[in-house]
Amino acid sequence: MTRQSLHIDWTACDGRGLCTELLGPLLVRDEWGYPRAAGYGSDVPIPGSFVADARDAVALCPRLALSLQEVRTPARS
Amino acid sequence: MAEAFWALGRATGVVSLVLFTVTVLLGILTRSGRPALGLPRFAVTLVHRNVSLLATVLVIIHVASLLADPYAQLRLVDVVVPFLGTAKPFWLGLGTFAFDLVLALVVTGLLRQRLGQRAFRFVHWFSYAMWPVAVLHTLGDGSDVGKSWLVLLLVLCVGSVLVSLAWRMSATFIEYQHTRFEEARR
Repeated sequence: MTRQSLHIDWTACDGRGLCTELLGPLLVRDEWGYPRAAGYGSDVPIPGSFVADARDAVALCPRLALSLQEVRTPARS
Repeated sequence: MAEAFWALGRATGVVSLVLFTVTVLLGILTRSGRPALGLPRFAVTLVHRNVSLLATVLVIIHVASLLADPYAQLRLVDVVVPFLGTAKPFWLGLGTFAFDLVLALVVTGLLRQRLGQRAFRFVHWFSYAMWPVAVLHTLGDGSDVGKSWLVLLLVLCVGSVLVSLAWRMSATFIEYQHTRFEEARR
């Protein structure tokens, strides 16, 4: 089983806030404008219903700081 | 028919200049990182892109219709190579130069994901050259430059870009600049 994960390249991120608009509750803005995902750092798991929005965020990030990656998750036993 | 092409060429020239002005204003707004005009940030970016593509379509019609107009004496080479024109070669050349820059800006804009940020930004800075060159081309080559409506329009275009440039270079331009500076001072 694969899941999508949003990778944030912090060396490129400038906290412009487009991703936090598109990925509403998943990403929130910290007090300097940078995106934060509760409980995660640079790799944020994206639930299926958010994948389309995440693609938009990747395409529109003004710093090209975002990428979507497939993450293999072990099947539940 | 030639009259129609000439009229179309003049009209699309003026309209594309207005749209490129709006593109520059929206580009500066995009760079500030603020939501504006009742739109969220990502929508400001999309409107910037769409208006720029619309302006490009109009400038292509501008060039194509003047190619078809025998009085403009425009040859195919003048579309891409500047300063070779038969009529007013300098002022026409500025239009050609601006057109080349537009093509470079559009192609690199659409291929941003593949080119990477560095190459995209390098080319995108040339929009600050493209716009004044297009204004000069309008002033030197425009058939309607003496008319008051065009003078008023040009004053509005140049004025609005100058005001937004002043904002662009001010200390409060970036949305979180204040917070970040405060933090750095501590």
